Amino acid sequence: MSLVQDTLQAVMKKAIALAPDGFIPGGHPDPLIHHKHGLIGAPVSRIDGPLKVSGKAAFAAEFPVDGMAYAALKYSSIPRGRIAELDTRAAEAAPGVVLVMTHKNAPRLQPMPPFMSQPKAAGGDDVPVMQDDQVHWNGQPVALVLAETQEQADHARSLIRVAYEAGHGVTALAEAKANGSEPGLFQGEPLKLDLNDAEDKLAAAPHKVDVRYTTPRHSHNPIELHAATVYWEGDALRVHDATQAVDHAAWTLAQVFGLREEQVHVTSPYVGGGFGSKTLWQHQILAAAASRLAGRPVRIMLSREGVYRIVGGRTITEQRVAIGAQDDGTFDALIHTGTVAMTPHNNMPEPFILPARSAYASRSFLLDVETVKLNMVANTFMRAPGESVGTFGLECAVDELAHAMNIDPIELRIRNEPEKDPTTGLPFSSRLIVEAWRRGAERFGWSKRGAPGARREGEWLVGLGCATATYPYYRMPGGAARITLTRDGRATISISAHEMGMGTSTAQTQVAAERLGLTMEQVTFAYGDNTLPGVVLAGGSQQTAAIGAAVSAAQRQLFETLLQLAGNDSPLAGLKPDEVGGSDGGLGKLDEPQIFESYASILQRAQRESVTAEAEAPPPLELQHWSMHSHGAMFCEVRVSTVTGEVRVNRFLGVFDCGRIINAKTARSQFRGGIVMGLGLALMEETQFDERSGRIMNPSLAEYHVPVHLDVPEIDAIWLDEPDPHTPMGARGVGEIGITGVGAAVANAVFNATGKRVRDLPITLDKLL
Amino acid sequence: MRWTINGAEVDETVDVRTSLLDLLRERLHLFGAKKGCDQGACGACTVLVDGRRINSCLALAVQYQGREIVTIEGLGAPGALHPLQKAFVEHDGFQCGYCTPGQICSAVAMASELRDGAPSYVTEDLTAETIDVTPEEVRERMSGNLCRCGAYNGIVDALTETYAPAAEADKREAA
Ligand code: FES
Ligand code: FES
Repeated sequence: MSLVQDTLQAVMKKAIALAPDGFIPGGHPDPLIHHKHGLIGAPVSRIDGPLKVSGKAAFAAEFPVDGMAYAALKYSSIPRGRIAELDTRAAEAAPGVVLVMTHKNAPRLQPMPPFMSQPKAAGGDDVPVMQDDQVHWNGQPVALVLAETQEQADHARSLIRVAYEAGHGVTALAEAKANGSEPGLFQGEPLKLDLNDAEDKLAAAPHKVDVRYTTPRHSHNPIELHAATVYWEGDALRVHDATQAVDHAAWTLAQVFGLREEQVHVTSPYVGGGFGSKTLWQHQILAAAASRLAGRPVRIMLSREGVYRIVGGRTITEQRVAIGAQDDGTFDALIHTGTVAMTPHNNMPEPFILPARSAYASRSFLLDVETVKLNMVANTFMRAPGESVGTFGLECAVDELAHAMNIDPIELRIRNEPEKDPTTGLPFSSRLIVEAWRRGAERFGWSKRGAPGARREGEWLVGLGCATATYPYYRMPGGAARITLTRDGRATISISAHEMGMGTSTAQTQVAAERLGLTMEQVTFAYGDNTLPGVVLAGGSQQTAAIGAAVSAAQRQLFETLLQLAGNDSPLAGLKPDEVGGSDGGLGKLDEPQIFESYASILQRAQRESVTAEAEAPPPLELQHWSMHSHGAMFCEVRVSTVTGEVRVNRFLGVFDCGRIINAKTARSQFRGGIVMGLGLALMEETQFDERSGRIMNPSLAEYHVPVHLDVPEIDAIWLDEPDPHTPMGARGVGEIGITGVGAAVANAVFNATGKRVRDLPITLDKLL
Repeated sequence: MRWTINGAEVDETVDVRTSLLDLLRERLHLFGAKKGCDQGACGACTVLVDGRRINSCLALAVQYQGREIVTIEGLGAPGALHPLQKAFVEHDGFQCGYCTPGQICSAVAMASELRDGAPSYVTEDLTAETIDVTPEEVRERMSGNLCRCGAYNGIVDALTETYAPAAEADKREAA
């Protein structure tokens, strides 16, 4: 970017920060915040529940198409080099084989524009997709077999012989670090902050901790394997995908195949879990290319190993956290720096310093994420990228300092509670973490916590730990929605958003019904289709807000049109959109609800069958005007076996400050689901990477352990339910915060149980023996 | 080749390598049984064979000829859900819903294992004629069904409500 652009941007940023609240989206609270007894917050069961429990919800690999062929992929077994020989003759001659595709016969394709390089870019990496003989990571697809059945494709794939000429791949972290690091760039900004000489302040502080933490690679492992059913209709590409980004996928596929975006139709009504992994990877592209080449519809469903080979996960981090404090516990210095691995072909510098930016009122800060490059499958976003592993380092270090200073760790956190954002100076939109701590401490029985190692029950040592959970409020640009209201008093909301199990369709049906004054049965929520309005990524916990802002804009437009249609003969004559609200199947004056006309009556008099309104959400300027974050107070009780070193979680409590909760039932599941994944991060999850060969060594659910039923106790998840006055519906998103803070809460509990600090995740039994 | 699936006779000719799961999904378009690993590690493909639960991805279709196979589609459908399916909806025993048919089929067989007194690692009295449906038994016995969405608490609640209604009522009273 040029100096002029930089300066302009800085000026704009300042202007947005200083603008009067009223000019900013969220400056006038969403009227829905004041609806206290309606559908908002109600524990409504999922509207797609009956379909899902009866196996009738159709996932991406569940669309049978006439003439469909099945794909199987062959993966490289070296991390870097070239394909010297590729013998596909036996595979081609095998029964049922339709096509073997390699770099020699694949159609010419452009590389995927990688994520964040352009607004709708969705590529996991920008490596050419089967275009040449180059190998960039161990596991890169080198051939695709298409056959009449999956069994035939899998068998033929086993007949392909590849010989490689090995090049030099960088697969060991030490070598990558020796090659030099570069500062991480996240959302266009460097992950660096140097405020008031933190190193000097640390050196001078009377109390300090200065420790190193490491976190391993993680794999998302949604239970639904990555899959797509694809076919061409002339020059148009049709994809039944499992994606959390229908618009991004369609746009990116269009770039790859040299099509117009309108020629690509991507739908994804049900996604069997995503957590950041269900975006665009090579498999959809290879399936579409093979479909074009063979002239057949193609089903591709990666094997579980295949998911590990070509879908990236969370990268490794090495973190230093140093805190210097005064006698009263207030922080003089907060240092959070370290290194993460990426590849030469993507840009996802796991931003683990994000929590430290706004969590504590330190007098100085030094934050820095350095990136080094490895030849490996491109790492990517995974639930709470940054915060999940960043809170592990930060919140363990706070616990270590509290222990060293003999201050209760909750008290230490409260003593460092900032009044405004400590690094940007922006006011908080709403911040109630202290309240969450007080409520949680009482509920969990925190006062019963003893000294480390003090509580023994038979073979077990028992301990309590806590940590702060935090995740920002996001709203990405591009939201738009359409509302169609018909004379029979039904409404359809259309927006290209996603349902991966978060409860989006249910929660948004509740919101729309409440906004329009309809029952949930009268509202249809259409989503998961790139031909619908808006660009709404299911990521960053932003869908609730992004949809909320778009639907609210469309609703305003709808009310305007309805008031025009109502005309002078209506009781509503002369009213402005801001003066009316939806209630009882029609529009009513907000302060005099008896001034009312039903939608049916308005449309009938206007002789209209339906009315449609479409609008875009305003740009998310609120993000630069307030510091907007959710928080949680996380409490954990563990027991550690003195015989085996095994850690079991007895109890877990999360008290969340996430603004208004839209659906108590589905939100609780989101919190709990995040916490369960956090227990995995704390105790068992690690994608093992062979530093000699760059190969993932445990590419299966048998060898990569995720929490199972017996690992998970009843999890208590409660919330303060205080609306954020500056967000749509007063909500701030609940999908990712649950995983944050869990690693630290568990590690701190393990310390309290045993007196041992484990600073290297996961906390497996060998580290406690 | 012949199977009895959800009470109906099915005739198909398949490759000897075809798993029971792929017979169901790819040939019969019974997509309720899910594929999460194809290696016996996740339980998403669980179906009932003569009332017992199996991972259909590890079963060759040809071996199961003549057996009574029940899939999630055979347990209930929207509008006529099995009590356990209803309890899953009520207790939010799922999020994405992908592991759900497997969890439900597995749970149906688990309940009969408890009725028959088949002990587990957490059973106190190994000689009991029948074993109570407790959260602890459920957790142990359902551990072969992974849920990455982490809906375990809801699943345990759905199972205890359906199979141990009295215990569930006590719990509610205590709360
Ligand atoms: S698909 Fe059969 S156990 Fe995973
Ligand atoms: S509900 Fe998503 S895996 Fe269980």
